[in-house]
Amino acid sequence: MIRCNHVVQNDKLGDPGYEESLAAFEARIAHGDKVEAGDWMPDAYRRQLIRLIHVHANSEICGALPEGGWIPHAPNLKRKLALIAKVQDEVGHAQLLYRAAETLGKSREEMVEELISGKAKYSNVFHYHAETWADVATISWLIDAGAIVNQRMMAEGSYGPYGRALKRICYEEAFHLTHGYDMCITLAGGTKKQHDMLQDALNRWWKPIMMFHGPSDKESRHNEILMKWQVKLKSNDEQRQEFLRQYVPKIYELGLTIPEEWNLRLDEDTGDWHYTEPDWAEFLSVVRGNGPASALRLRTRKMAHVEGAWVREALEVAARDERMPVSVN
Amino acid sequence: MKKTFASPDSVSGESRDALIDLIYRLADDDLILGHRNSVWTGLAPILEADIAMSSLAQDEIGQAVAYYRLLHDLGEPDPDTLAFTRSAQDYRCASLTLLDRGDWAFSTVRQYFYDVYKTHRLASLSDGTYAPLAQLARKVRGEQKYHMMHSRMWVSRLGDATDESRERMQRSVDTLYGHALGLFEPTPFEQIIADHGFCTTESGLFETWRDEVHSMLDHAGLTIPGDVTPKHGGRRGQHLPELQLLLDEMQQVYRLEPTAQW
Repeated sequence: MIRCNHVVQNDKLGDPGYEESLAAFEARIAHGDKVEAGDWMPDAYRRQLIRLIHVHANSEICGALPEGGWIPHAPNLKRKLALIAKVQDEVGHAQLLYRAAETLGKSREEMVEELISGKAKYSNVFHYHAETWADVATISWLIDAGAIVNQRMMAEGSYGPYGRALKRICYEEAFHLTHGYDMCITLAGGTKKQHDMLQDALNRWWKPIMMFHGPSDKESRHNEILMKWQVKLKSNDEQRQEFLRQYVPKIYELGLTIPEEWNLRLDEDTGDWHYTEPDWAEFLSVVRGNGPASALRLRTRKMAHVEGAWVREALEVAARDERMPVSVN
Repeated sequence: MKKTFASPDSVSGESRDALIDLIYRLADDDLILGHRNSVWTGLAPILEADIAMSSLAQDEIGQAVAYYRLLHDLGEPDPDTLAFTRSAQDYRCASLTLLDRGDWAFSTVRQYFYDVYKTHRLASLSDGTYAPLAQLARKVRGEQKYHMMHSRMWVSRLGDATDESRERMQRSVDTLYGHALGLFEPTPFEQIIADHGFCTTESGLFETWRDEVHSMLDHAGLTIPGDVTPKHGGRRGQHLPELQLLLDEMQQVYRLEPTAQW
């Protein structure tokens, strides 16, 4: 277990010298400096970052499940290899992110426990089922595209370890997006059955996709302080617009439609997309664990964790009693 | 000095049939075990082990593709057709590879038995007389070296770490040993393969495998079960029902539109 004890020094409102330290901290951020693991930071900044990185790490590990379930069914060898590699990348991202959160003083074990107990959240999109192979294509293209919009922005944020992890993650996500887009192009231009499969998947996924960047700026509780401390450089609505501008034309190019109830229309003057506001109460309910696949995701993660407990225990014992390495021919 | 066969055109008749049978065994073992291992992706006991197991699966499936390409060069169908349209009796994998993944001990012991077999198999193929196969085997050995280190590390660590790990590992050794012996099932082509120098005999491979496995299991505090009957049949296409279930799972999406691109 990696322990990341940080020395807590007058980092809360009301502590002696807090105001001065905060002013210096905010001046550093305004200057564009990165905050590093051992640096002084307000407790509220530390907590917000732990919350964000933890949710992100959980999303990667839970995100491995809907697509991972389709690995045994991938319809040719190229797709099979690409899908295994893609899901493996998501697991790798979880590892990188748990490590980044550990630099702020929370252990991986604690974070995993909070995930499987249902206390910690993960992205709304992984609370839904991947019902067909076309869902895998849709997730890999559009969810990863949405994630790139979010993560490219977050990568420029003020906390150094998170930003560096995100840069590496974005690099891999770009491959996933290409892989997903290629699958969507193949299905969209394939037989009628394949095209219909993809359209059905898009119809199912459009709601979670519209909710993916989080509640509207009018409703989001966290935006203001996160933007001030440059943890986040764009609001949820700005990210959603950026996603729509880039991807709605590409969706139309493939001969696909977006369900009419969203009233999606382009404002030619501003370039903005107008749409029916998602039901944010539903979004909150889903991320609190009431989505269609929430119970299954948690059950699966918990099962993997419980069934692996004896292995983790054995590794700890073996590490204490490390033998000489076995020679290799 | 044995005659070497530089290209697919240089082998014919029964030696060609024997060579094709040998490559089917190599390819099918890797594809089916890779398929089983890939199911751990996202579900392994620790993230680092998850990533490693997924790499193993990718290497194995990638190597299966390379063997299927050699078969295609010898006039067999293309790799996707081979992987996605054959029925169970056309597969030549050993039963060890097709059993469900079981717990982490089961997958670890299976992988170890298979990796020792594969390491010695590749060593022999690398010196073999069919040049395209020898060349591929030399390339695969580079990856196999790491698989072998990884498998030994796991057996060594889990073998006698805790009561539970020892008990689980021993149970897997007991269950899997007979299936591992099935890797060396004699085939009607064995003598032709050895005579032409494509690869050594199954019994020759088995001896080196047995010596190494027994020594390692002993080192890890595990016992080889006595009086085990080898689980044969796989090399003749007579498989456990698990293979049909696996193929149904693997071919499920492909069968929706078998003539389409995916």
